[in-house]
Amino acid sequence: MGSIETPDVDLGEYKWGFRDEENPVIKTAKGLDEEIIRQISAHKGEPQWMLDFRLESYEIFKSKPMPEWGADLSGIDFDDIFYYLKPAEANARSWDDVPETIKNTFERLGIPEAERKFLAGVGAQYESEVIYHSLKTELEDQGVLFLDTDQALLEHEDLFREYWATVIPPADNKFAALNSAVWSGGSFIYVPPGVRIEQPLQAYFRINAQNMGQFERTLIIVDEGAYVHYVEGCTAPTYSSDSLHSAVVEILVKKGGRCRYTTIQNWSSNVYNLVTKRAVAEEDATMEWVDGNLGSKITMKYPAVILKGERAHGEILSIAFAGEGQHQDAGGKITHVAPNTTSVITSKSISKDGGRSSYRGLLRVNKDAEHSKSKVVCDALIIDPESRTDTYPYINISADQVDIGHEATVSKLGEEQIYYLMSRGLSEAEASALIVAGFIEPITKELPLEYAVELNRLIQLQMEGSVG
Amino acid sequence: MADLVIRNLHANIADTDTEILKGIDLEMSRGEIHAIMGPNGSGKSTLSHVLMGHPGYEVTAGEVLFMGEDLLELEADERSRAGLFLSFQYPFAVPGVTVANFIRMAVNAHRKGGPEGEDDPIRIPEFRKQLQEAMELLEIDKSMSSRSLNEGFSGGEKKRFEILQMAMLKPSIAILDETDSGLDIDALRIVSGGINQLVGPDMGALIITHYQRILDHVKPDRIHVLMDGRIVRSGGPELAHELESSGYAGIAEEVSA
Repeated sequence: MGSIETPDVDLGEYKWGFRDEENPVIKTAKGLDEEIIRQISAHKGEPQWMLDFRLESYEIFKSKPMPEWGADLSGIDFDDIFYYLKPAEANARSWDDVPETIKNTFERLGIPEAERKFLAGVGAQYESEVIYHSLKTELEDQGVLFLDTDQALLEHEDLFREYWATVIPPADNKFAALNSAVWSGGSFIYVPPGVRIEQPLQAYFRINAQNMGQFERTLIIVDEGAYVHYVEGCTAPTYSSDSLHSAVVEILVKKGGRCRYTTIQNWSSNVYNLVTKRAVAEEDATMEWVDGNLGSKITMKYPAVILKGERAHGEILSIAFAGEGQHQDAGGKITHVAPNTTSVITSKSISKDGGRSSYRGLLRVNKDAEHSKSKVVCDALIIDPESRTDTYPYINISADQVDIGHEATVSKLGEEQIYYLMSRGLSEAEASALIVAGFIEPITKELPLEYAVELNRLIQLQMEGSVG
Repeated sequence: MADLVIRNLHANIADTDTEILKGIDLEMSRGEIHAIMGPNGSGKSTLSHVLMGHPGYEVTAGEVLFMGEDLLELEADERSRAGLFLSFQYPFAVPGVTVANFIRMAVNAHRKGGPEGEDDPIRIPEFRKQLQEAMELLEIDKSMSSRSLNEGFSGGEKKRFEILQMAMLKPSIAILDETDSGLDIDALRIVSGGINQLVGPDMGALIITHYQRILDHVKPDRIHVLMDGRIVRSGGPELAHELESSGYAGIAEEVSA
């Protein structure tokens, strides 16, 4: 575990709520219709099949009702959102070529510094477009592709089309359909057979404009025996009106490959975060989702793994932190398709200041997936009596001879536990932050040190805001 | 003036009229060992928690001066940093927080002296050395430093861990609440040896116990008998033996007579 240091910043304030002046190259009119979709596609110079795909997806989006089984989405007004905003002319390969204002924003977020220190590649998306992209030369030389999804469509159309929307079709759900209709930006990664990328690749997503919708689309293909760790971070300014972030992430991990996808989501508290993430793991492949949800107004996100090949392994580590006015509806989905597959879901949620966190999980073991093993552990920590936690575990087993474990606990942050730590000299805020950090330690220990420290720091800030 | 001065201390269970401490007077200083003995329910543990600042009790009358300061004005963490320590009878588990990390945070909190103080973290090699020495003194296995705080600890391990924290935080006055309960003979000998080594010109100990067993190993200068929220008798080490022979009932008769 990273040690908790007392940060020297304002307490309890969302640190990334600052905004830049808008200076778009292109911004579509508010709301969505076929014409806007045609504008986006034409502007990107896409092939006809992609425009057709978008338009079909739009029809599906319109035909599907709002999901009502989860968080309250009635506050979303699809007519009050800007669907496409291009902030800068070119996707730069050097930070020097990024417009000054945007560059400064990413400097404040610490991205170029992290890139210099410990990353193998970086993508930075601002509003609808990726404005910066880099990949270490030696990885480029090994055939690794790491570019923004628009560029990948234009430059590697065959590879792109082979996998596009194969894991998450537009009809999967209303928000996947919306994303399919208006997607822009996101990362495209291809790791050739046997190539192991030891340092993480990172993408950073920033919404700046008010009433903005961000719809990035990420597609990752990890070929046989290859490995990649992809990390994404997200922030936005604090506005009184709401923004929408609705991404789709599709991942294929081929035989013996391994992919780890880490998210530290820290959107401002006016963002609806409705994301569909799913991976397919083939024979002997491993897929790991590490999903940290700290920000947003409402998050609905259940990273999924389909264990398609024998002995494939899926792992979902989910942390949700729900503060005032927030509802984190998070969890994970695992489908065991092949025999001898294994999976683990570990969910840790924290609710405070009237926040609400829900674990929603689906574990399905298909008929042929004999001798599969799965373990689901979900623990909730409630900081104060105003807050709430719920658990919705769905388990559906059709195979014989499987080994399934499920454990759930709810605990309250105890006055006496805090007193015990305070009796050793820790302040009340340090004591509660330490208990919370210990609670999520099974997940932070899986993060690269830099992110573990950042996550603990964010949680300490949240805790300091809630005490005294 | 003594380092710890307790005058006419009364305390209730918070938000109730249930009075547990009914006027305690006691003085002690560094270099001294005092023992508070009493039957179950006499208020021994309450006294230790009221002194440490447990939120579940409310002081209704009296005062406590610690190193010349009004102790009751301070929060539990401030009392700790001022040099008071309580070895808990029932320490709490904190999963995911290792013993070594926690003790280092506590040491650094003391060095910093409070949220407004200046960071002055102990250097890691120096910390490791101190921790290792303290663990050797208490015959604690090295592996404990990477275990989670009190999680899955046996009763004896918990008590040793409490004394380990005391050794690392070097308080002026340490209150040891039923430290001997749950210890076997060997563990009792080791823990007592540790206490004896730590008590000196810079530290005094207030030992709270039901039995005189620990007092065979740690020799008190003064013994106080606590019954029904009051100290009914104080005396030298010989009082322990008197208790041994006549029991608390004997003392009770004598007091009421």
